[in-house]
Amino acid sequence: MNSAAGEKTMQATDVPFDMTITLTVNGEPQAITVDVRTSLLDLLRERLQLTGTKKGCDHGQCGACTVHVNGRRVTACLTLAVMHDGDEITTIEGLGTPDNLHPMQAAFVACDAYQCGYCTSGQIMSAVALLQEPCGPDDAAVKELMSGNICRCGAYANIVAAIQHVRNNA
Amino acid sequence: MHTFAFIRPADAAAAVAAAAQANTAQQGADVRFVAGGTTLLDLMKLNVETPARVIDINRLPLDTIEAMPDGGLQIGATVRNSALAHHPIVQRDYAVLSQAILAGASAQLRNMATTAGNLLQRTRCVYFRDTAMPCNKREPGTGCPAITGSNRTLAILGASEHCIATNPSDMCVAMAALEATIHVQGPNGSRAIPIGDFHLLPGSTPHRETVLEPGDLIVHVTLPRPIAGSKQVYLKLRDRASYEFALASAAIVLTIAGGKVTQARIALGGVGTKPWRSPEAEAALLGKSADAANFRQAAEASMRNAKPQSENKFKIELATRCLAHALHMAATS
Repeated sequence: MNSAAGEKTMQATDVPFDMTITLTVNGEPQAITVDVRTSLLDLLRERLQLTGTKKGCDHGQCGACTVHVNGRRVTACLTLAVMHDGDEITTIEGLGTPDNLHPMQAAFVACDAYQCGYCTSGQIMSAVALLQEPCGPDDAAVKELMSGNICRCGAYANIVAAIQHVRNNA
Repeated sequence: MHTFAFIRPADAAAAVAAAAQANTAQQGADVRFVAGGTTLLDLMKLNVETPARVIDINRLPLDTIEAMPDGGLQIGATVRNSALAHHPIVQRDYAVLSQAILAGASAQLRNMATTAGNLLQRTRCVYFRDTAMPCNKREPGTGCPAITGSNRTLAILGASEHCIATNPSDMCVAMAALEATIHVQGPNGSRAIPIGDFHLLPGSTPHRETVLEPGDLIVHVTLPRPIAGSKQVYLKLRDRASYEFALASAAIVLTIAGGKVTQARIALGGVGTKPWRSPEAEAALLGKSADAANFRQAAEASMRNAKPQSENKFKIELATRCLAHALHMAATS
């Protein structure tokens, strides 16, 4: 595909294309062999069957795949699984349970902060991380820090309300 | 995505040695370093980047921010953009850098993207990102469909008949105004590159975007001692209020004494093929009263050599107003 530069074309067959990594997902240690091309998102969904994390754009633009890596929110589609050997990953499945919702999950339900629900796990993972980040008190600050999560149903007003509910009752 | 070998070097020297075998450090490179991955993996999914080897530098000890004895600041290559923007020294002494970083991307991406990666951020030109289209930057000699095509967001400064792609970085614009220096470890030792010399104009070789050669590893960026009493502003104008690339932006480092401008460092984003320092605007301001008329005049000077494309003539007035208003914000801050 690329002809920009090209005297030497490297053959990389001396290094394996599969790697075994260990990482902790929702508190459970995992050792797994992956094709090096596997995104963290595909590892979670296709190998560990943690399908709560959604694939939207697969280019870091929509935020549906937001998870926590060592406590910080990232888009799981734009990072390779093999870059996370030894890391701690938290997904929506690790946040709460149907009988014991995380306060942010409960607030999303109480505030009707979704319609179709496809972006919701990413919204909630982003919102939970936001609680630990520098963020001004007003709605504008929350909107700015949530701009990496797109909601095509347009539930933004209620998403902001849910987040402010949790922040104000913490 | 094409497959590749994933390499985790033990130290920076091993990373340099592994990358020194590359055919180029520019477009078409068969070896790439990866840190945040927010640019590289995006482009690998599009087959715009097809490295045979990817070298993970995340485990190297390049993730610290340290005050230097000369009063400057040293920023490691793999410091995350969010960590840099929120660092207390950066917020206090280099506010324009903090503002610029926080004006870019999303919170998630800023948690991933790194100092060095942002320096090497690639253009958002739609033709560059689409392998079905010709693009001189992606495949030299195939042509530039942007010149007669969709060019509303593209460059009005520094373009050539071969390429009009905009440099998309906000961080680099602030670093240009702060006169940052980029420190590289390469196969033949270390060197320091002023940011103004780091990015290349497209000319007839738009696939060459920086002065980096095979094996060159950015290890850190240094900022000179802050200018005492300087007022700093980053103003970014875009199609959305957040999470969008600049149509025009301005980074300002300004000192005013007795109502007159005594120092001015000005750089523009969203309008240039590289982070665009404006000596014309700086010269127009120096020694002048810090007032609206002079701010407008300086802003007009910054656009003196602007050459619009079919869809982006509006950028000349937008960038002029952006810079004039940013100067007003700085002067009244």
